[in-house]
Amino acid sequence: MNTALPSKHHYVDPAPFDPGKTEPVGAESESFYRASSWQLMWWKFRRHKVAVAAAFVLLAFYLLVPFVEIVAPYNQTKRHGDFLYAPPQAVHLMHEGRFVGPHTYSYNYSFDLESFRRVYTPDKSKPQPIRFLCRGDAYQFWGLWEMNFHLVCPPEGGTMFLLGTDRLGRDLLSRIIYGARISLTIGIVGIAVSFALGLFFGGLAGYLGGWVDHVIQRMIEILRSLPELPLWLALSAALPANWSPILVFFGITIILGLLDWPGLARAVRSKLLSLREEDFVKAAELMGASKQRIIARHLIPNFMSHLIASATLSIPSMILGETALSFLGLGLRPPVTSWGVLLNEAQNLAAVQLHPWLLFPMVPVVIVVLAFNFMGDGLRDAADPYH
Amino acid sequence: MIRFLLRRFVTMAVTLLIISALVFFIIKLPPGDFLSNQIAELRAQGESASIAKAEFLIKQYGLDKPAWQQYLVWIGVMPGPNGFSGLLQGDWGWSFEYDKPVVDVIGDALWLTLLVNLAVVIFIHVVSIPIAIYSATRQYSVGDYLATFIGYIGLATPSFLLALIMLYYMNRWFGISIGGLYDAQYAGEPWTWAKTQSLLSHLVVPTVVIGLGGTAAMIRRMRANLLDELGKQYYVTAKAKGLDPTRALLKYPFRMSLNPFIADIGNLLPHLVSGSVLVSLVLSLPTVGPILLSALKSQDQFLAGFILMFVALLTVVGMLISDLLLAWLDPRIRMGGGR
Repeated sequence: MNTALPSKHHYVDPAPFDPGKTEPVGAESESFYRASSWQLMWWKFRRHKVAVAAAFVLLAFYLLVPFVEIVAPYNQTKRHGDFLYAPPQAVHLMHEGRFVGPHTYSYNYSFDLESFRRVYTPDKSKPQPIRFLCRGDAYQFWGLWEMNFHLVCPPEGGTMFLLGTDRLGRDLLSRIIYGARISLTIGIVGIAVSFALGLFFGGLAGYLGGWVDHVIQRMIEILRSLPELPLWLALSAALPANWSPILVFFGITIILGLLDWPGLARAVRSKLLSLREEDFVKAAELMGASKQRIIARHLIPNFMSHLIASATLSIPSMILGETALSFLGLGLRPPVTSWGVLLNEAQNLAAVQLHPWLLFPMVPVVIVVLAFNFMGDGLRDAADPYH
Repeated sequence: MIRFLLRRFVTMAVTLLIISALVFFIIKLPPGDFLSNQIAELRAQGESASIAKAEFLIKQYGLDKPAWQQYLVWIGVMPGPNGFSGLLQGDWGWSFEYDKPVVDVIGDALWLTLLVNLAVVIFIHVVSIPIAIYSATRQYSVGDYLATFIGYIGLATPSFLLALIMLYYMNRWFGISIGGLYDAQYAGEPWTWAKTQSLLSHLVVPTVVIGLGGTAAMIRRMRANLLDELGKQYYVTAKAKGLDPTRALLKYPFRMSLNPFIADIGNLLPHLVSGSVLVSLVLSLPTVGPILLSALKSQDQFLAGFILMFVALLTVVGMLISDLLLAWLDPRIRMGGGR
């Protein structure tokens, strides 16, 4: 018994003690310990090479959005009556063994009476150089200024359908570029709606608790147990047919957002509940921080990163949802151009068989969705920099 | 166990009730309904005989009453013009567009929808479990990367486009005919072995297409679960004590990782049903999908409402089954009485 007792006089070394000496802190770990959590997240995200690459891809896509008119070689509504369903034209650099710069060859049109198909054969005799930084189709830039400046223009007197044309002879590449504007913004606007709803309901449930929490939780469960697509279909069938395309756009966006929030609300709620128990919150409480300060300075920054990550991961489902609805003819309607609207033309097997290039709008959809998934994965890993 | 079952059944009933209200509300959202649209059209053409019929139907189905009364009559808790006859009594209503009872319009489609969804669930499990085990036990191998990559593609490709492309190539390479669930010659024929065979061969494309996204998600989750378990000490101990590696893997970590896997069926089902509706439209499968779309477009309210209720029921029952399986597998949930 007496051996276990500590001695009454315990010994304290009078010499000064420097903790850094016994366990030296290098410059690297020093900066690690001093870094803010946002900085840590950035470092962690940067290490995720695929996610960074995906972020750059998305940046490129979104930079395109305000300037589609300039980037697209043609106007989206410009019809070429002589080139209905023209296949993609190739860009050549060499003409008869001689370098002449990027050029196309004009199409010779004939109609195959046996298979009833239009046949386009390139006429290789005369190269038609593509023009850069040039004047082409006129457009209204941002609906304000009359302009006709393009990055790339079709050759003088020639054509440049890099991805072919559709049934009205409109250039598919230009339409895809125009479609990016709608398809990419619909994901962002939709997620904003769903984010606001999710934050509101999740915050209410997590903060108030009790019966409010109970009701909201049941609501979330019910909404999550419903198959999305039939509901999307039903809701978008409910949009009045006489709405203008812009109203329909907002209607569809709100529908997509309305059914997406439960996931986010659930994340907010569980994060709020679990963060309340964390040591740093207790520490802040013990140090006498006010409730507002704890919520604003400690809780929100902590779960914001998680929310941004999960929001990023649910943007793809919005984009795919819009594509699916428009594909079925219940979403956006022409003259609004989105990738889903473009795919609507590739609805039947004849399209796949005769005009496979009409399926091309699928490529940007897949790229954007993949990029959002990769970036979201990286963000999610980075959102927890201390683990 | 009985208390657990009871509680789950009561929750399910309440959920379905709320869903039915939601469904009815959504269907009633667009202004007007099928019959009044039709009457307006007939008036314009000056056909009085058909108008009388339409007005009779309006009376018959109580469409002149306020919406909340229509709802109560529809689900069968309030007596309508012909007594209690709603969903609860097994009367699914009348399809105005087809001019037939809803039962006759979608009778076969219901079974085929069930069949397609069941096939997809089985496909997802059969494919994703072995791949996930392979991926987790050989982490960062070429096969693992390949599985992950295909999984990402599966998540990112819109299923309806995949359906179109697969349909085209399956037909071109294997001669599987296009669209439908069986060859045209079997339509309306009694079920024979040949018809079943034709059905099975037609089922391949839709199953793969609908299941791909779900399979990708399952592989990802299962792989993560399994990796968590594989790092734990009990597994290392079991291997160190000389337990056969396959046995050690399948008996302990695998079983542990199955738990969240089954719980996930509930999350997966709504997506599957969504996917099957969309893919059915593209592949023109005789499931409820195409009928739903046309019913929604023409505001055929009882038909659309019933189909929406049916898909909701499908997912809710699926979730119930997954919960029961989970309770059977994991005593902690059974004893704790729900999550």
